[in-house]
Amino acid sequence: MLKPIVEYKDVHKSFGEVEVLKGINLDIYPGEKIAVIGPSGSGKTTIIRMLMTLEEPTSGDIYVDGKNLWKMEKNGEMVRANEKHLREIRSDIGMVFQHFNLFPHMTILENCMTAPIHVKKEDKEEVRERSIHMLERVGLGDKLNNYPSQLSGGQKQRVAMARALVMRPKIMLFDEVTSALDPELVGEVLEVIRDLAKHEDMAMVLVTHEMDFALDIADKVLFLDKGIIAEQGTAREVIEQSDNARLQEFLRRFRK
Amino acid sequence: MIKINALIEVFPQLARGLGITVSVLIAAAIFSYIMAFAAGLCRLSKNVFIRKATSVYVEIFRGTSLIVQLFWLYYAIPMLFGIQLGSNWWTGVIAIGLNYGAYMSEVVRGSILSVAKGQTEAAIALNMSPFQRMRLVIFPQALRMMLPEFSNYTIQMLKATSLVSLIGMTDILYYGDIIRSANLSQAPIVYVLVLIFYFLLALPLIFLQRKAEEISKKGVASQ
Ligand SMILES: Nc1ncnc2c1ncn2[C@@H]1O[C@H](COP(=O)(O)OP(=O)(O)OP(=O)(O)O)[C@@H](O)[C@H]1O
Ligand SMILES: [Mg+2]
Repeated sequence: MLKPIVEYKDVHKSFGEVEVLKGINLDIYPGEKIAVIGPSGSGKTTIIRMLMTLEEPTSGDIYVDGKNLWKMEKNGEMVRANEKHLREIRSDIGMVFQHFNLFPHMTILENCMTAPIHVKKEDKEEVRERSIHMLERVGLGDKLNNYPSQLSGGQKQRVAMARALVMRPKIMLFDEVTSALDPELVGEVLEVIRDLAKHEDMAMVLVTHEMDFALDIADKVLFLDKGIIAEQGTAREVIEQSDNARLQEFLRRFRK
Repeated sequence: MIKINALIEVFPQLARGLGITVSVLIAAAIFSYIMAFAAGLCRLSKNVFIRKATSVYVEIFRGTSLIVQLFWLYYAIPMLFGIQLGSNWWTGVIAIGLNYGAYMSEVVRGSILSVAKGQTEAAIALNMSPFQRMRLVIFPQALRMMLPEFSNYTIQMLKATSLVSLIGMTDILYYGDIIRSANLSQAPIVYVLVLIFYFLLALPLIFLQRKAEEISKKGVASQ
């Protein structure tokens, strides 16, 4: 029996007084492609940011490969994870952001090479080859020495994906990676994601408003509503068989 | 009337002060940059004591005038505490360096804080350690933002070096005053030349500042 690579166990998250996640239980299996959909403010971003260690859960546990992400053992007690513990587990996880967050002072090749060299201490020449290969794969082989400011939004987002991929994560998180793009640039980014979903065996979690695309590539769809997973299943199950009224209304609004 | 032979007479005398002005400027600039980075980073420390102690330094030196600080270091401290800060050259360098270091530490702190939050998040997502985030991502961008302000303060520092003539340093202004008091009729030409000297010294700094502004426009993601 395959074991999940990520498990959320009754995870809650509050910002101040406001509880935005109210008990998330979720298993992600190796290689699984998950789409997270739901209305604005329902907590989609917060779910994946907690896995990326950008946000700490208020209560509950997240396990990665069986290890508790936010807690560690010290003198027989479970205490809050320190930076070293987080770093150890974080190496399995990569993320692509809505606003790309490329490093503007580095060329796009340097953007890709920096972390493998400094963080993973890998061989520079090997990293260079791998980065060039990855940038070619996302269609930017001719821009290696350009700076991010010289690229279009769609190109920037493709660099951001290449940068995350050269770290070889087991889980990749995508937070509305096309929603900051001009409409005519969305397609090229979705194509890259589709290619990854088809050919890479890492798990992928996509938060997206591109409903048809998500339903097309996802093994599993989560519908998040007011801080809980209101519905989950295969795309077919969620779209055709769910009688959740809010989901039906949401789908009517977002599908063409 | 400015006469050409008066010019020839005054010029070499003023030029003798050039070495002092330039050496005080260079030493004070280096010292102030070091103070600025040290204090700027300390003010971002997690440790409350380090933060508070640094802000006492910064506020004292920003809140009082350079000339008072100079006199304090030169006259008051040696008498009160018996501490000699070294020659008047050193005293001048230390006073100017501490004063401008305090101002520039705010530039360092502000620049680091204004690098966009998304940059730190991307660095975390690439599993960089806190030190790597600072060294590889935040600091290089903050530095680009600091450059124009740093060159601006350096130009001001050049002008501030003239204060060391008040503690007996023989800089450009000191020689200017000497010549003028010996021969009042030469006052206009002396001060015209003093102006020109300072302006010529400032020119390369002004040029550097332009360059710094160009560099800093590129390569920064700010909030
Ligand atoms: N750092 C924060 N401080 C305070 N409130 C926050 C913070 N981050 C998120 N929130 C709030 O938590 C709720 C869930 O936010 P989240 O970004 O996860 O929603 P989302 O489903 O991704 O929405 P969207 O589709 O608009 O991106 C929102 O109400 C948001 O205002
Ligand atoms: Mg969101």
